[in-house]
Amino acid sequence: MKKLINDPADVVPEALRGLAAAHPELRVDHENRVVFRGDAPRQGKVGLVSGGGSGHEPMHAGFVGVGMLDAACAGEVFTSPVPDQVVAATRGVDGGAGVLHIVKNYTGDVMNFEMAAELVSAESDTEVVAVVTDDDVAVQDSLYTAGRRGVGVTVLLEKLAGAAAEEGRPLAEVADIAKRVNATGRSMGMALTSCTVPAAGRPTFDLPDDEMEIGIGIHGEPGRRRVPLAPAREVAEMLVEPILGDLDMTGGDGVIAFVNGMGGTPLLELYLMYAEVVAVLEKAGVGVARNLVGSYMTSLDMAGCSVTLLKADDELLRLWDAPVRTPSLRWGA
Amino acid sequence: MTVVDAAALTAWVREFARLVHDQRDTLTQLDSAIGDADHGANLDRGMTAAVAALEATPSDDPAAVLKTVATTLIKTVGGASGPLYGTFVLRASGALDGGDGAALAAALRAGYDGVVARGKAERGDKTMLDALGPACDALDEALTAGKALDEALGAAAEAAAQGRDATEPLVARKGRASYLGERSVGHVDPGAASATLLVEAAATALAGRG
Repeated sequence: MKKLINDPADVVPEALRGLAAAHPELRVDHENRVVFRGDAPRQGKVGLVSGGGSGHEPMHAGFVGVGMLDAACAGEVFTSPVPDQVVAATRGVDGGAGVLHIVKNYTGDVMNFEMAAELVSAESDTEVVAVVTDDDVAVQDSLYTAGRRGVGVTVLLEKLAGAAAEEGRPLAEVADIAKRVNATGRSMGMALTSCTVPAAGRPTFDLPDDEMEIGIGIHGEPGRRRVPLAPAREVAEMLVEPILGDLDMTGGDGVIAFVNGMGGTPLLELYLMYAEVVAVLEKAGVGVARNLVGSYMTSLDMAGCSVTLLKADDELLRLWDAPVRTPSLRWGA
Repeated sequence: MTVVDAAALTAWVREFARLVHDQRDTLTQLDSAIGDADHGANLDRGMTAAVAALEATPSDDPAAVLKTVATTLIKTVGGASGPLYGTFVLRASGALDGGDGAALAAALRAGYDGVVARGKAERGDKTMLDALGPACDALDEALTAGKALDEALGAAAEAAAQGRDATEPLVARKGRASYLGERSVGHVDPGAASATLLVEAAATALAGRG
């Protein structure tokens, strides 16, 4: 394992120290490993709390700031935060208008956020609503699985719900927008390599040079199937077609198209992939209204990408264009 | 007769922590195959913290010992195993009423029921329940048949290990391994493996206590 670390056990707290040093506009609670907006809590504004395992940077701490999250809880690498962290974050962003928990659909994340919400409601009047993202079409949504994983839509949701909260909309409306985003967004990912969890010291799985994994999540877990390596053009089809097969994206105001890097893939390849994705969408009669290209939700040093498509409408596009000022997403502010 | 006192439970916790630490890499390897390669590290961190918490705040009250372990696990482990192991021990703590084998069996059964409720899983889903369920059954059966506690715990450990091994051909239906579908077949579930260590630790720590 070759990594820029000191000790595998200290990766998360040491990275948070760096984040705090680089972004004095944020406030970092090192004891609870929670990153807050510097001006949290904002009176009268719905507080947005997300969090999850570390190793997906910039998600979530990189999205704390104006027009997006009020706090992010950093768990151990690929391990959801514990309830105490989420409780601290919830208390710290409660400006009297309630708190929205944005949770990715993983067994651990859901349970820890649920336990935190139970603790908060037992101790205070703070209203907490949770929205769970489950947009990964690689996973069968049935009673016989843990359900679909929350992946790329989470980033878009944090931006869109964050903009709604910044406008001063009440908790119920912000939660409705968040649920609508999750309901109309779908994702599919692929990996060219595995990733190395610092504490494990070696790649999570072996992937030969001439093969790739289709249908991966964001934790270095193997995907749904392993196939021979193919040109980007074909990879784009393998990712976009299952999404379009799952949800009709034609008509209306087009889509927000998000090509996300898994951490070890250069932007050169991501833009190349974006062109291929647009070509597949054109052929399918799907218009692109907005886009996002870059590594925003990573799986440590994994090479690969994911594609997320979100069916847009007037309101969502307006919220997308609203100002945002965070370490990793900023425009108009 | 009081055999399940605070000292016995503390010894159980210590033995479980020792086994998890020793088999940390094995657990992580199992988790690499069908999960996200962190089960060994997470449980080791949690159990090390639990042992430290018991040293910092020792108690003569058996239920308090378990409660300290439960809250420490919930506070330190994260992921799915934090709430699940934490809930198991917390429910066992709440249900522990008495110091004999039957009281321990009832506490473990309450813990098992807590994991079912928290995880919304059942036996056969390829989870820790596949080891804990058979262990609870074997313990009850042996005690009902009039066997001594250490013999009954030995039977429980054996049943847990069999349950663990029986997860290998299963398709995972809960937790992260469920994302793999058919590809989860052919691998032992890491949660069932660590849960087996928990039962084996009880058999070792309480051996000779009657």
